[in-house]
Amino acid sequence: MSRFTRRIRTWMNRILTRRVLITHRIKDGDERLFVARKNECPACHKHLSPDELESSLFVCPACDHHFRLSPWERIKFTADGGVFHEFCSDIESFNPLGFPDYEQKLASSKKKSGLNEAIVTGLCRIEGNDVVLGIMAFQFMGGSMGSAVGEKVTRAMLMGARKKIPVIIFTASGGARMQEGILSLMQMAKTSAAAAVLEESKVPFFIVLTDPTSGGVTASYAMLGDVILAEPAALVGFAGRRVIEGTIRQKLPENFQMAEFQQEKGFVDTIVHRKELRKTLGILIKTHTNIKKAWR
Amino acid sequence: MTKKEVLKRLAELQGLAEKHNLDITEEIKQLEAKLSNGKSSLDAAWKKVELARQTDRPTTLDYIDMIFDEFIELHGDRFFSDDPAMVGGIGLLNGKPVTIIGQQRGRNLKENLLRNAGMALPDGYRKALRLVKQAQKFGRPVVSFVDTQGAYPGVASEERGIGEAIAHNLKEFFGIKVPIVVILIGQGGSGGALGIGIGDVVFMLENAIYSVISPEGCASILLRDSSKAKYAASIMKLTARDLLQFDVIDTIISEPPGGAHLNPEVTAAKIKLELVKVLGKLATKAPEQLLKLRYEKYRAMGVFIEKSSKKKVGFFKRLLKKQ
Repeated sequence: MSRFTRRIRTWMNRILTRRVLITHRIKDGDERLFVARKNECPACHKHLSPDELESSLFVCPACDHHFRLSPWERIKFTADGGVFHEFCSDIESFNPLGFPDYEQKLASSKKKSGLNEAIVTGLCRIEGNDVVLGIMAFQFMGGSMGSAVGEKVTRAMLMGARKKIPVIIFTASGGARMQEGILSLMQMAKTSAAAAVLEESKVPFFIVLTDPTSGGVTASYAMLGDVILAEPAALVGFAGRRVIEGTIRQKLPENFQMAEFQQEKGFVDTIVHRKELRKTLGILIKTHTNIKKAWR
Repeated sequence: MTKKEVLKRLAELQGLAEKHNLDITEEIKQLEAKLSNGKSSLDAAWKKVELARQTDRPTTLDYIDMIFDEFIELHGDRFFSDDPAMVGGIGLLNGKPVTIIGQQRGRNLKENLLRNAGMALPDGYRKALRLVKQAQKFGRPVVSFVDTQGAYPGVASEERGIGEAIAHNLKEFFGIKVPIVVILIGQGGSGGALGIGIGDVVFMLENAIYSVISPEGCASILLRDSSKAKYAASIMKLTARDLLQFDVIDTIISEPPGGAHLNPEVTAAKIKLELVKVLGKLATKAPEQLLKLRYEKYRAMGVFIEKSSKKKVGFFKRLLKKQ
């Protein structure tokens, strides 16, 4: 191969891989990259600058498209003064099955997301009330629930039950973490058992469904809240869209498995705009705690 | 010993046993284990997947028929419909009352159409919960047969809240004050299996499988190649022996050589024996103790690293203790 053709080839490769990278990222839900690059909203294509986006809680001012948040951004927007005391931050996943490439995937996810698991749990205040807050991270291996996530959710709920503090969990998950096999399935049982304890102790449990929540998380604690809120247009479902299309062999309607669809079918209490979320949570806590005292 | 020699030995043994009417299942099992070690574990796991899916493998209603003296099927969830993929009812085990629930797949195409191939709708899970709560009211123990590829992935399922139905079952099962015994008889597919799979004691037939996703699903999602299902099955740890190691199940019930379908009566008799034994034991426990043990059993599930204590807790700790 001559020097000339080699140069052309590397040049071509560079262009090709770059294009693949960009489309891949947008598909992955990294819509912010799109905004940064094109200065427009990926949903309505109206002008939108990254600064504008950040100042509006990552919601498009024109079409109300809710961008996905990282746990720490969510905490900044939800907790009073952004103050948050994380607990169980040292719980991490382990490869119990010896599943090939799982460790590498964990390591690269940690590096990419800056988190060590697909959920952050801790204590904070919302509108002056103490709460146990759990926020799932879709950026970390699709928010999948393995043993570590299951344990952190369980401990958060048990802490709420013990200390009589309301528990709020923001869900975002593709389902069970398949690399942990049956043990990830058992996390559904474990977290539901914790939800039963929470119910027994009469401590309020609120769920906020964010985009996307599906699979094993939908079929366990995400559907067990005393009140279930959802962000607009969040995808909420059990089976994946493609799986269902494969079963019924036809295209599904556009709004299928959207938060609005779930509210219409009776599985979401109310859909709340991100701007109203903090206030709504404050009211919920107030209407679920110290009721007897208030009426005396 | 080469594979051929082992096979030869196996054939000899079987012939001898038939001649003299001996019970040599233990020896056969040892040889079979040698055989599967000699082959790759790849084939061993896939063989179980195939056996678990065998069309003529006994179904829930077959076992109910063979194990219980009387059985009256009870239909409907009292909300929406009766789901034929989930059956349930009341019966007598050696003259003692029990409630029975379980997924029912079809034994042929026509039946499978009616039964939705054993994939239950939310209505099915709600029916199961209704029957379990009815059992609790009268203090009757519950026997649950799990045999499904998963909950039905369809529009009706999503519209009526399959996620909510399973989640609700999981939570409610932890508060049921009567003994619950679960038996995995064929395929244990994901949340659909777990939806009626919470119990004080979980049995599993030797050739049954239990996994978070089907080998095909795992292959196409994680390995990005749906033709690698065989390989996926070997790394997913879905066989009874694997699950016993993870403490997900309590006891393996052995099957006749070749699989349960070759001798359903013997398999049913073995299940019955174990059921009678374990239900007798569970009946002596106070309801509070039962709930506490059930909670603790599932609370301990999972393996993770906790850095502050610098050790892997969960089953790993127990594994070390066992050794």
